[in-house]
Amino acid sequence: MHERKGVVSSPCQPAANKPQLTLRFKIDEKDFLIAGESASKTKKALQQLGLKQEIVKNIAIIVYEAAMNIVIHSNHGEIKIIIAPDQVVVLSEDVGEGIPDIELAMKEGYSTAPNEVREMGFGAGMGLPNIKQCSNELDIKTTIGFGTTLRATIYLNPADTKQVETGTMYV
Amino acid sequence: MYNQFHSVRLDYEKCKGCTNCIKRCPMEAIRVHDGKAQITQERCIDCGECIRVCQNHAKIALTDEMDKLSEYKYRIALPAPSFFGQFKNSENIEDILNSFFHLGFDDVFEVALAAEVVASIVHKYLKAYKRKKPLFSSACPAVLRLMQIKFPELLEQVIPILTPMEVAARMAKEEAQKRTGLSQKDIGAFFISPCPAKVTETKNPISTKQSAVDGVIGANLIYKDIVKHLAKKHHETSPRLNKATSSGIGWGYITGESKSIGYGTSLAVSGIHNVISLLEEVERGELKDVDFMELQACTGGCVGGPLNIQNLFVGRVRLRHLIEKQTNQTSFYTDKELSDIYEKGTFKSTELIQPRPIMTLDNDVSKALEKMERIDQITNNLPGLDCGACGSPSCRALAEDIVRELAFETDCVIKLREKVKMLAEEILDLARIIPPSMSDTSPKKEK
Ligand code: SF4
Ligand code: SF4
Repeated sequence: MHERKGVVSSPCQPAANKPQLTLRFKIDEKDFLIAGESASKTKKALQQLGLKQEIVKNIAIIVYEAAMNIVIHSNHGEIKIIIAPDQVVVLSEDVGEGIPDIELAMKEGYSTAPNEVREMGFGAGMGLPNIKQCSNELDIKTTIGFGTTLRATIYLNPADTKQVETGTMYV
Repeated sequence: MYNQFHSVRLDYEKCKGCTNCIKRCPMEAIRVHDGKAQITQERCIDCGECIRVCQNHAKIALTDEMDKLSEYKYRIALPAPSFFGQFKNSENIEDILNSFFHLGFDDVFEVALAAEVVASIVHKYLKAYKRKKPLFSSACPAVLRLMQIKFPELLEQVIPILTPMEVAARMAKEEAQKRTGLSQKDIGAFFISPCPAKVTETKNPISTKQSAVDGVIGANLIYKDIVKHLAKKHHETSPRLNKATSSGIGWGYITGESKSIGYGTSLAVSGIHNVISLLEEVERGELKDVDFMELQACTGGCVGGPLNIQNLFVGRVRLRHLIEKQTNQTSFYTDKELSDIYEKGTFKSTELIQPRPIMTLDNDVSKALEKMERIDQITNNLPGLDCGACGSPSCRALAEDIVRELAFETDCVIKLREKVKMLAEEILDLARIIPPSMSDTSPKKEK
């Protein structure tokens, strides 16, 4: 599989004969600009692939929210968008505090964002609920003191439920 | 085959192939090949950025000429609100409007007046609207074309009301018909335009089947004649022509439209690149609490249109000055008349604005993925300088062009140099090989 500029090679192995593409964005703490940038780059790529508008929009939102989560709640992290003909997986991995109570975090309006971030108008507690709403499957693994891995799957043909083999290890 | 009218063209003779325009185009629609710029029609939204940036004046807007007036028995001029900002402070709107009569027009109708009607309709529309927000203004055709290509998801949030230009043409023609008894086809409505986007909009409209505007004359084309006439300063006592108030004339620059509509929270953004980044934000679900967004492709709004003569800031100040002079004027249409127009739905758009996806690499997702992978590979192989010397706006765009079979890797000058160097080394190597006839190792002749 081919990798984007300046990134280490990925452990992902594409299934035989299935074209697959990974976009990657490294995200540093408090780098708010990168969130929007990664979302719009993802959008452009998905539009070029000719995916349906609704799906393009949903994936762009997932990428944006996931990137914002890394910016606000972690030390640093990376987002990968793994695109296959039948599905797209957004994989967000960060190193940070982790989420103490996932169930609570999934509730709309609940936010653990620090005050300084909220004052900037971010961190309104809509991130995870938004991601959930935009994806077909959402899986979150978190370890307190280590970090969080979020995996959102969007099926391009909704009847299709096969999984992409990403081979990525959870933190 | 894509075959639609575009106003923005290239003057082949003037183009020096300098590559200045390719980076400024928001749609990556321009390439320079064989020393000349080329506009990819499918991608162009007629925003006119390339006209502004071209120092050789090789990018032009195709508008109608004044001789088109002769095709009609009765000719109406429809000056855009921004047009009034093009003249000296001492001028007033009445004089400017009057000048049109001396240039071959039989009537003049301010687009600013139609803008007041549109503002009232939009105000009522916003009040009654309960669905997804924000709603977008439909006044700038370049923005609508941008949305068709890059933001198709947001098209349903465009307010389905015709532009002030279109409304002005319809109102003016109807009035003229009543007054003169002429048939519609004998009456010609001519918009005096700040931009190429409006020309395109009348030739292939996107929110109505057919435009009522019969010709579009660039503000730059008519400016000189008006100035000449204004200099003569003979004040006729024709009936008062200026009916628009400050609220309509304010549409000439950014924020004027929002002020005129005067409903809820609004946001006004101008400049095509700013519009793009704002729309990206809306697409991500931000700004849902804003009721109305005024989006204009030109920095500063229409007063910054590429066909206007004056510097944008000068134009804006002059327009403001004229507006201040106008403040006491009461509006021409009564509330009752405006409500009637709204109730009748006369100026609703009749066509849904359709998405126009042109970015797609292949109709088959698998093939598109393969192509994108190749684009990535090629991009990584290119120097990453984004210098534009290849004629594409960036290294990635060149890679895309290569995959779309529109360009070659050797279009990149640095790649070409590498290849030449390799070739030269190979030649040198070849040159070092001595033919067997001359070689030492060839069997020595016996003594
Ligand atoms: S008018 Fe705008 S979109 Fe068209 S080629 Fe020029 S800059 Fe690009
Ligand atoms: S802002 Fe006004 S002048 Fe500029 S493209 Fe839009 S309608 Fe034309």
